[in-house]
Amino acid sequence: MLLQQLINGVTIGGIYAMIALGYSMVYGVLQIVNWAHADVMMFGTFIGMLLTTQLGMPLVAMVLLASFFTAALSMGIERVAYRPIKVNRRMAVLVSALGISTLLQNLAQLVFGTGTQQFPTLEQKVYTYGNVSFSNIQIVILAITAIMLIILYFLVYRTKMGVAMRAVSVSVQNAKLMGINTNQTIGLTFGIGAFLAGIAGICVGTYYNAVYPTMGYLLGMKAFASAILGGIGSIPGAVLGGFVIGIIESLGAGYISSGYRDAYAFIIMIIVLVIRPSGFLGAKRIDKV
Amino acid sequence: MKEKIAGIHLSSRTKMIALLVMAAILLILPVTSISRYTLHIIVLCFIYTCLTLSLNLIIGWSGQFSLGHVTFYGMGAYITTLLVMNAGLNFFVATIISVVLVAIFSMILCFPTLNLRGDYLAVVTLGFGEVFRLFITNAVNLTRGPMGIPGIPAPTFFGITISGTEAFYYIIFALMVIFILFMIRLNNSGFGLAMLTVKEDDIAAISLGISPVKYKMWAFVIGGGMAALMGSFYAVYLGTIGPTSFVYNESIKMVSMVVLGGMGSVPGSVIGAFLLTALPEMLRQFSDYRMILYGAAMAIMMIFRPNGIWGIDKRVRNEYKIKAMRGVKNGKSSAS
Repeated sequence: MLLQQLINGVTIGGIYAMIALGYSMVYGVLQIVNWAHADVMMFGTFIGMLLTTQLGMPLVAMVLLASFFTAALSMGIERVAYRPIKVNRRMAVLVSALGISTLLQNLAQLVFGTGTQQFPTLEQKVYTYGNVSFSNIQIVILAITAIMLIILYFLVYRTKMGVAMRAVSVSVQNAKLMGINTNQTIGLTFGIGAFLAGIAGICVGTYYNAVYPTMGYLLGMKAFASAILGGIGSIPGAVLGGFVIGIIESLGAGYISSGYRDAYAFIIMIIVLVIRPSGFLGAKRIDKV
Repeated sequence: MKEKIAGIHLSSRTKMIALLVMAAILLILPVTSISRYTLHIIVLCFIYTCLTLSLNLIIGWSGQFSLGHVTFYGMGAYITTLLVMNAGLNFFVATIISVVLVAIFSMILCFPTLNLRGDYLAVVTLGFGEVFRLFITNAVNLTRGPMGIPGIPAPTFFGITISGTEAFYYIIFALMVIFILFMIRLNNSGFGLAMLTVKEDDIAAISLGISPVKYKMWAFVIGGGMAALMGSFYAVYLGTIGPTSFVYNESIKMVSMVVLGGMGSVPGSVIGAFLLTALPEMLRQFSDYRMILYGAAMAIMMIFRPNGIWGIDKRVRNEYKIKAMRGVKNGKSSAS
């Protein structure tokens, strides 16, 4: 029972972590919360589903194409709806993002229909050892999560682009003085975050075999809670937060009550924030007068 | 005193006359042959105006970004309903009890979150809202869960039963006027100015002898109580409540109204609430496209008027105060 819940928790936690990275990285460079992130993810998942069911694309090509679409969509939104607003007007950016989120959700309902649609990518095979069982889909999801996190690590800590991204997150002004094209870097950050979210969306769609226009809401909220829990702006923090929330949610649903399944993430997050206001790995802010 | 609205200079007398004409029109509307449905939408506009004002007190005046305003609103509605239906209390007694309880709850909620700021506070309040929604959905014995509570009896006031859209129209209109007058009074008082100071810079506020904790707490207590009052009236007005009325989207809607109208602005709150309640109805002829247009309109508004329709740059009367505050802020950034 415990092992079973842990396996389920790690699977869903990996998905939360991939979505949370998008929130955290964007917050790192711009100090804004990209509220349209989860809806961009939903859009990408629908595109992936259409590529599979209508065109019969092979799995890898579908995942890559849908994720690149998601990345392009997010970069487009950043260009159109966020960049024209001055960065210091955070409330204005917030409302603009909420507007885009409403727009995307309703556009998806119009284009793809309001109902839940199936997402047939992999045929599910269940392996049972003793009283623990896991499916091939869970293994694939865990493998994809691990690969994406390793690629992201190299991208952020081993490439010039990663250095630029980290420089922008320390200070946009100073990064500009060092000759970094900050607008391009910010756009790329949105793109990378959305690429991960696109992959996460396809994982979720496959895991639950369901895609629907409002799927972004709860997933996005929990992923955002993960990013906050780990310390928003911190990349390892987002990953840690995602796994913690996923595991706690599975354990809570298994041992306490499944009706409150969606509440555990928020309760844990509130408790952690009250004890440690900057999250697990978040930098402590010091006020200077 | 002249103020520029849409390029036209208006004297305070013209403004007063315009306001009185608007109030008169709103007062005689129910007597005219206006449809029930339109009247219902206007009542909703009144309710959202009150909610926006109470949230603006928290966001616009004390500068705390709360994304869980629907918690207070929903708690007020549920506590009043349960007291009326289960304990058989009079509606007005029940409302007073629920407003006091919610105000106490907001104070308790406030204490651990006072040292959180910005997006952290937003997500904690949002989390509270989500936990509250899950509680009313799952506590079936108490709240009947997702089925909601139908058949809330009409309130009686000294033997007079209040029912019908028109009666509620006038009562909620009166409440809205009281809320607006209260907020204008607060805005021009030392209390309101102290709150604005805390919002602009808490360290500067401390050095002036203003306690940020006290004012942030009061903003939550007053704002939460006001929202609970509106929740109670919303419950008896509709006669039925359910968890779907108190979802996260409602909080988002209220925040949008505050920011679109203008943070820290009373006329802005009224404009924001009326616009965002009426706009989806006016766009009804575009049926499928209306919510898409609504979302696009929000984004476009923010690109061209980031301060909101009646934002801080409209506050000519308080200009010297704002300039003084900006001075404090600039001084801080050059020193650090």
